[in-house]
This record gives sequence, C-alpha cells and structure tokens, in this order.
Amino acid sequence: MRAADAMMKALEAEGVDHIFGIPGGANLPTYDAIVGADLRHVQARHEQAAGHAAEGYAWATGRTGVAFGTSGPGATNLVTAIADAMMDSVPVVFVTGQVRTDLLGTDGFQEADIVGITLPIVKHSMMVTDGAQILEYIHEAFHIASTGRPGPVLVDIPQDLSKQEISYEPPTSGVELPGYRPNLEGNSKQIRIAAKAMANAKRPIIYSGGGVIKANASAELRELCASVGFPVTSTLMGLGAFPADETNWLGMLGMHGTRAANYSMDEADLIIAIGARFDDRITGKLSEFAPNAKFIHIDVDPAEISKNVPAHIPIVGDVGLVLPKLTREYRSLQTDSSRLDGWWSRIKAWQEEYPLTYEPGSEGEVKPQFMIEMMHKVTGGDAIITSDVGQHQMWTAQYYGFNKPRKWINSGGLGTMGYGLPAAIGAKVGCPDEQVVCLSGDGSLIMNIQELATAVNEDIPVKVFLMNNGFMGMVRQWQELFWSGNYSGVDNGPSPDWVKLAEAFGANGLRCDDSADLEEMMQATLDHDGPALLDVRVSPRENCYPMIPAGAAARDMVG
Amino acid sequence: MGTSEMVRLEDLHAGKVLSGRKHVLSILVENRPGVLARVAGLFSRRGFNIDTLAVGPTDDENISRITLTLDGAVHPIDQVTKQLHKLINVLKIRDMEPQGTVAREMALFKVSAAVENRAEIVQFAEIFRAKIVDVSRRALIVEVTGSHDKIGAFESMLRPHGLLEMVRTGEIALARGGD
Repeated sequence: MRAADAMMKALEAEGVDHIFGIPGGANLPTYDAIVGADLRHVQARHEQAAGHAAEGYAWATGRTGVAFGTSGPGATNLVTAIADAMMDSVPVVFVTGQVRTDLLGTDGFQEADIVGITLPIVKHSMMVTDGAQILEYIHEAFHIASTGRPGPVLVDIPQDLSKQEISYEPPTSGVELPGYRPNLEGNSKQIRIAAKAMANAKRPIIYSGGGVIKANASAELRELCASVGFPVTSTLMGLGAFPADETNWLGMLGMHGTRAANYSMDEADLIIAIGARFDDRITGKLSEFAPNAKFIHIDVDPAEISKNVPAHIPIVGDVGLVLPKLTREYRSLQTDSSRLDGWWSRIKAWQEEYPLTYEPGSEGEVKPQFMIEMMHKVTGGDAIITSDVGQHQMWTAQYYGFNKPRKWINSGGLGTMGYGLPAAIGAKVGCPDEQVVCLSGDGSLIMNIQELATAVNEDIPVKVFLMNNGFMGMVRQWQELFWSGNYSGVDNGPSPDWVKLAEAFGANGLRCDDSADLEEMMQATLDHDGPALLDVRVSPRENCYPMIPAGAAARDMVG
Repeated sequence: MGTSEMVRLEDLHAGKVLSGRKHVLSILVENRPGVLARVAGLFSRRGFNIDTLAVGPTDDENISRITLTLDGAVHPIDQVTKQLHKLINVLKIRDMEPQGTVAREMALFKVSAAVENRAEIVQFAEIFRAKIVDVSRRALIVEVTGSHDKIGAFESMLRPHGLLEMVRTGEIALARGGD
C-alpha cells in the first residue's frame, strides 16, 4: 500500500484517535489517506494552533498529541508549538510534508528545511529518505515523545515518498534505540540517603513541578506528603498535582508565588525538588536562592540535575517509581514529627500575615482576582482550565485553587501568547465529558482567535472567559514598575468588538461590565450549547502581586 | 532517631561543577545525516565552546567517532556530557582520562623559507620528528603529528620564519589498554 496509508495504520496502532492539522501541497498524500483512516482529523485554521491543540490534548489526556502541517510555511507555522512542547515537556508527534526528493535543496516552492530549523527545539526529529522507513520512524517518534522526559518529535516526509508503495507490517515488539534508554527506577541507595536526610531536616519543603503530572504521580506525591508532613509548594506547571485545599499546601512559588512558599524556600534547610527544573522564574537571583538549603533533586532527565542549582542528593528516575520507594524508606525510619513544629508555626504565621488578597473594587467593578474566584464557583473548581500568558495566567494560578492534576493547561516555559484557545480545543476533544474553559486575556486571545472557527465548525463546545483590561497587562505592569511608567506598545485600544467577533464566527458572545452580573453571565456561557465567549471588562490597571522583581531574591518580594 | 542520624544535612556536599582542566570527549554517534549538526548545534545553543573537533569513521560503518576538546575551567563537563546524552543519535561518551589516553593531532605548516633559513627549519623539523612534504622556491610545507602542546611548541618555533598558512586537525584520542 502507499506509505501514507501505512502511516495511518501505524498511527491507529499507536492508539491515535485525533489529529490536528492543515493540509497543503506537500502532504496531500497524507490527507488523501486520512479520509479512510479510523481517526478524527480536526481541521485547525493555523498550524501553530494545530500544534497547541495537540499539546492541550496531550496535557488533558496524558496521551501523545499529533499535529500535521504541510511543507514550507505550514511547517514553519508549527515552530512555536514545537518550541512550546519542548519547553514544557509535552509529548507531541509533529508530521510535516516536505517537497519531493528531486526538489530538495533547490529552494523549491514551499520548501523549508524544517528539520534544520527545529533542531534546537525538538526532543528528536527524523527526515524520511525512503518510504519504507515511515513505519519505523512513526513508532520511534511515539516512543521517544512519550517516554522518559516527554517532548516533541518531528517526522518530515517528502511528498513523493509518502506515495511510495510499501508493505504494512504491524509493530511486533517495543522500540529499541541504542542511544535512548531512559533511567526510570532511581538508585535505591540514593533514595535511602534522601529519606535519611529528610528524617533529619528541621525546615524541609517539597518543591514539586510539572514532572509529577507528566509521570501521573499525583497520588504518589500525596502519599509521600501524608507520610512526611512537610509543607508543599509547586511550580506553575505542577499545579493540581497536590490539592490546593490540603493543609500542607503553601500555594505556588516563584515570581508570582505566595510569600509563604517563597519565604519557606528562602529559609528551608532541605528542599526536595520533584520533577521541577529550577527555572529562573522560581529561583530569582540564583546566588541568593535558598541560601540555607541542601537539595534532593528527583528528575527523569539527568541533565536537569545540577544544571542550575547543584544537587546534594541527585536521584535520576521516573518520579512515579521513585516516590513510593522514598515514602517506604522514610516510613521505615524512626522520625520525630515534633521536630517540624517550630517550622510549621513560622510558616503558619507567614500564611496568616500574607494571604493572597486584593483590594475590593468599587461598585460594579470586576476585579480580575474576583473573576477567577467566580470562575472557580461556577465551574465547581473542577473544570479543565487553559490559559494564555500574562497577568490573567498568574491570577488563575493564584486564585483558582487546582485540586487535581491535568486540569490546568498553560504555556509555562516558552510563555506563548495565543496558546489558550487552541489548547482548550485539544483538551475538549480529548476529554469531551469535561467542562473546558479558556481563561484568556485580550492581548493573548486575539493571537489565535481564528480557532473559534475550528470550534464552531468542528462542534467543539469550548468556553472562553476573556479577562479584558484593554492592555498587554503584564508588560504594562513591568513598564509601570521597572520602566518609569514609559508605556510603549501595550494599549490594545477598543478593537475588536469581542461579542460581534464571537458571533461572526458563529459562537455565542456576551459582555459583562458589572460584577453583579458576572456569575449569571458565566453560568449562561457555560450553559450555552456550543462554543461561547464572555467578554469581561475588568479593572484596567490592576497589577498582579505579590511579585519577586526579575533578578531579585525571594525575600525581597513586593506587593 | 536510629539510622536517620547517619545522614546529617551539614555533611552533605554538592559536587564541584568545574574541573579546571582540558577535557577530551570521545563520542560515538550513529552514522546518519545531520548528527554532527545536532552535536554542534547543542554546543552553540548551550554556550559551550569547542576548542577542537575531529570526526571520522570507526571500525563499525554504522558508527562515527567525534573527538572534541573543551575547557573544563569554564564549562561544566558533567552538564555537557549529560546534554549530549540526550541526543538520541549519541551512543556513548567517554571523558578521556589524561593519564590513560593516547591523544594526537596533526598539523600542516606552510613556512616561507628563503635559502638562508631553510637549514634551520629542517633542523627544527627533525627535532620535532616532523616531515617536509612539499618544497617550492619560496616555501616549505611541514607535516607534524603529536600532542596538542607539541604542535603548539612547533608552531612557535616556525612562526619567526614567516608562517604563511597552517591547518590543524584537532585532537583524536583512544584509551590506553585493552578496553
């Protein structure tokens, strides 16, 4: 059969049920083959969005997302999504069409060296040079994307090769790659040493990250925390792995984290980093980060260990496998939980003195923080929330209170504006029975607003709660605080009319500019049978606090 | 507190990041298109400077060897090797022990050689066990093989005579002994 048809069979064998993409000249054979395949193709309106939708699907379901694009601009449009998946370790297989082999290297129509362009932002990539390789490459791509530290894999297929006649053979055994063998188990001796160090810690803290969610190790993390009784904080990407309504929870840490979390890191004597990578948004000024602490660092990617912060007890392994062993080791030790009393009373004092709070608005004013609290109320705190990047993202992280993993989907590492709507589409397609809300900002939403067409035409009932302050809010905040109020390029003005825009796409549109109406209008938006957008006019000049100014230390938080 | 006393936090130390010396990394990679670009791209992206680089086949036609040297005084070698290991096409990395390694580099020097100083150049070449491989009216090409430092020393001897051009291969290395 044609290689493109065989590829569909390979995708089916990998359990793929949804593909996000856009056809073009170079991937015509692939799109010809999709017609008869046992999977659903979701036709995006921009390849970047197809890529983010595949990411949203992957986050929500825990499975590998798939995005298709054609050669040249189709492929280069995928680049942002590929980079995003790399930064946030999202398992996505990207399949691009390429010009015919006889045109390769001739600057042919819609030719771009996408393998070359994406080299620094993929976990791996392959260019097919013989149609017979396609099956092998597709299975390798899924294996690499989904195991170890997940990430994006690109398979580039010249048009003529996907028409080549090959014989289909179903995958027989697992993929074996001599240069790729993730170490998952964790060194028992190191785990034992870690448990003993934890037993002696007087001011410990658990710093958990997105890796806990990738490893589906939320239950294992809760189990560990129940045994050790340590305070827990998490990165932006790790929210939901540990329930926000548990008493041990300190809130998010980092630039817009809580004071309790950041001060605890600052004074801790032992930090247990689990599936987290000491990003600069966490550490602030590296030389003053957690000056009193020793570090246990558990991560499946050995290169993360001691990359930014030297680890005293490194443990390379899948946190889902390491944490139960660590819990067992700790339980086997004689420990005295009263050693933590002083630490907990210090933390409780911070929590009481510095809760997350905001000034109440004037009559009818919708404060952005209130909007998030209301979103929590109308969704029962149990929706899948996607977001874009900026103030609205930080307020959601602060105020929504995620209690379960895979409910919070956003672009953390790359910080991609325009991520939220397509990610919501992917999440809804993957989890049709869940409520999926994109909480976006007016600067971000417009960057991929064309995807409302996808939602309407494909009948994907996502909801958009637009936190509209008329600004590129986070940039405006930085210009106000650190650039003497010299505002530049941040005023979005009155355009567009979001209600009309939603209606033009065939979605429902509502506007809310009075806090008294917010609950009802949010509910109406959720209840609408189809994609719907609620344009909420929030306080335009509200700033997001507390905050560690860039390059400052945790103890120097402001706001 | 029982066994838990065996690990005191104050006794924990993180490893040193910088070794302070030159490292020779011998990297076995799959012989496929684009692999060198992946390795070289990784170095530039992470801000690692390669001092020398040599690539060639091994006894297995499916595998190539990349030998590169870099300065452990400015680069965290452990981090470099871990990043390299993340490349799927990288099969094995050996951070060569200076004592247990035979490392060689080759260089060609084109020196202007007027009749009056030709004898001296030939004499230097003999001392360094270098070979004159091309002679013309105004210039000589000298081939020399040896350690990185030996070639540097030879270069400094030739330079006063008028070094017209030079090319060095970058070091290649093998571990001593049977393994």
